[in-house]
Amino acid sequence: MPDLAILSQVILSGIFIGFIYALVSVGLTVIYGVMDIVNFAHGEFLMLSMYVVFWLYALFRIDPIFGLPVSVLVLFVVGVLTHKLIVRPVLDAPMSAQIFVTCGLLVYLQGVAQFLWSPSYRLIQEPLLSGRLQVAGLNVSLAQGVAAIGALLTTAFVYWFIEKTETGRALQAVAEDRQAASLMGINSDRMFALAWGIGAACVGVAGALLANYYYIFPTVGTVFALIAFVAVALGGFGSVPGALVAGIIIGLVEVLSGFFIAPAYKEVTVFALYLVVVLVRPQGLLGEW
Amino acid sequence: MKRKIVLLLLTLLAALLVACVQEEPEEPAAPAEEPTEAPEVDEEEPAEEEGEAEEEAPAEEETETEGEAPETVRIGVVYPLTGALAATGVASQDAFLLAAEIVNNEYPDLNLPMAAEAGITCLDNAQVELVFADHQMSPEIGASETERLITEENVVAILGAYASAVSNTASQAAERLGIPFVNAQSTSPALHQRGFQWYFRTTPHDAIFSELMFQFLADLRDQGTEINTVATIYENTLFGSDSSETQNQFAEQYGFEVVANIAYPSGTADMTSEVQQLIAADPDVVLPTSYVADAILMMRTFEAQNYSPEAILAQGVGFTEGSFLETVGATGNYIISREVFALDLQENKPIIGEVNTMFSEMYDRDLEGATARSFTALLVLADAINRACSTEPEAIRQALLETDIPSEQIIMPWEGVRFDPETGQNVLGTGIMVQALDGQYQTVWPFELATQELVWPYPAWDER
Repeated sequence: MPDLAILSQVILSGIFIGFIYALVSVGLTVIYGVMDIVNFAHGEFLMLSMYVVFWLYALFRIDPIFGLPVSVLVLFVVGVLTHKLIVRPVLDAPMSAQIFVTCGLLVYLQGVAQFLWSPSYRLIQEPLLSGRLQVAGLNVSLAQGVAAIGALLTTAFVYWFIEKTETGRALQAVAEDRQAASLMGINSDRMFALAWGIGAACVGVAGALLANYYYIFPTVGTVFALIAFVAVALGGFGSVPGALVAGIIIGLVEVLSGFFIAPAYKEVTVFALYLVVVLVRPQGLLGEW
Repeated sequence: MKRKIVLLLLTLLAALLVACVQEEPEEPAAPAEEPTEAPEVDEEEPAEEEGEAEEEAPAEEETETEGEAPETVRIGVVYPLTGALAATGVASQDAFLLAAEIVNNEYPDLNLPMAAEAGITCLDNAQVELVFADHQMSPEIGASETERLITEENVVAILGAYASAVSNTASQAAERLGIPFVNAQSTSPALHQRGFQWYFRTTPHDAIFSELMFQFLADLRDQGTEINTVATIYENTLFGSDSSETQNQFAEQYGFEVVANIAYPSGTADMTSEVQQLIAADPDVVLPTSYVADAILMMRTFEAQNYSPEAILAQGVGFTEGSFLETVGATGNYIISREVFALDLQENKPIIGEVNTMFSEMYDRDLEGATARSFTALLVLADAINRACSTEPEAIRQALLETDIPSEQIIMPWEGVRFDPETGQNVLGTGIMVQALDGQYQTVWPFELATQELVWPYPAWDER
């Protein structure tokens, strides 16, 4: 049995990274929940937001913490534009077109990023949030701690927005029945655009928070997107609390299996868990259908 | 229904993406497992293809090489030009281009093979033309691109492929088609032990490097530094697992105890569990074998977890790649790595400085291990083609076997280039140990080549 301190450190790290996974997944699940379209380019949105804060830092010395609102704004616009320019034209097209259009966007964004910003690994070397705290004998990297808390708060905010505000309820109405919602005077196209905006803005936050300690690279999105897909399926398509729970579960399963079994098997464990959920409970842990 | 289809597609895509993120499938494990697990995979009919190819290839080449000396000699270069290793691949591309420039033009002042006169002198000053192909870090694409270069682009030899897992499959294709394959960087020791006729490796492999690392540790121990335990942490494809395996052998041979062997998936999102396993094992020296993204994440995690062993002694690659130290900044200081090359070697070998000046003027960056070896590999190959005085593959192969380039004529710290006739491995390759000091890797071992004094132990994070 390992040291209690090491075990708690492992669990803490699992929860921290789990919050980040959750926030990335929440963005994905909001888009899916409202539109029934999976955004395969979600990881690339994350990559874009990391580059936004990176360039703000590299060119204007704006720390990621202050770059965050810019990133959110930029990504919101990117999300809305994706809907208007790419997704809306294929809304009535066969489903395969809807799937491949975002796959195409994925490849395109990776290519553009590599072309414009070169395939060099970037790192924000001296963010304001650097160093570490000792909390009850545990090492907490300031950047990771803030990222985890920020991710949790953002997730909570999205949940509140969707559940408690009028616009949020309109989003839900459109998700449930597009035509009925239209009859009630809800502009469904605007709601779709909003869902894309919110979904992308979520990774706008996640990317800006991650950029404090994570490397930035044209294909960095795939690392997180894959896990986000799993989290969305695990938590239930379209469910924000589901994505949060699933994110934390995946984070914990990953670090614990990595620590107790072997790091080489941590992805195996995560995907095995995913397969079990898909087989036993295809609607996901908190899914409703 | 629709949702179920989406779910199914999503699962499929996820599986696909996993394959992409993992980059290389586990080559060494596959041959042993395949027959028992998936006999139906045999449908690919490799045997037939082989026969056909063997018949075809020589015929094609004969028609091509008969008659006048060609105006250009085409050499295929299969490298990762996009994807996770694109930075390294593109840098190597530059180095190959500089080497081709030196071969194709007159540089009488450079004491390098093929520099003095223009082109391949024996073939009426034929120009070397490089045909680049991108293998995207995929062993499958590496093999198919190699085939394409040989059968469609008519290259006389292949330079490839950086990553060991890709060199493995790409050199199989070259072997099958009977074209020399010169490997500049792949360091998996298994590669030269396959009994191939057409495989040549200029770089020392990981077994040589690993032994050097332990010789270095043993040297320090003899001087009174207390070093007892080591732990390996490595990416779990061919490159990492071979490296860890040989390190384990040498650890035993040199009398160090291995307290942990930690394999991790390359391109992982989080390294906490890996680092926590290290902390729990508490070795004196950590021996990482990683590509650059994981190396960055590992160092950031060490810092976040306040972990500082006595030393971090890396198996090069991710830790020594051009962009690594620049990217991680102060976090990278005091890492020790085995290295094939360091710019400060120019103090003892001025030719390195001369080539580096040209390289940095043309491409705005300095030479490092990967680029210096790419540069060297092309010169070695051009030298062989010149001595073969032919573009016929067998003649080039024979000439490669007779290669004997002295230490003064290469920009590496090696004692020269001479291939073992059985394995195609350069038997004169060797390496150095470098330490990151003020954002620069400086030679610290062998002590007679050192330009800086070694900092040992690795300073704690709070005391910097």
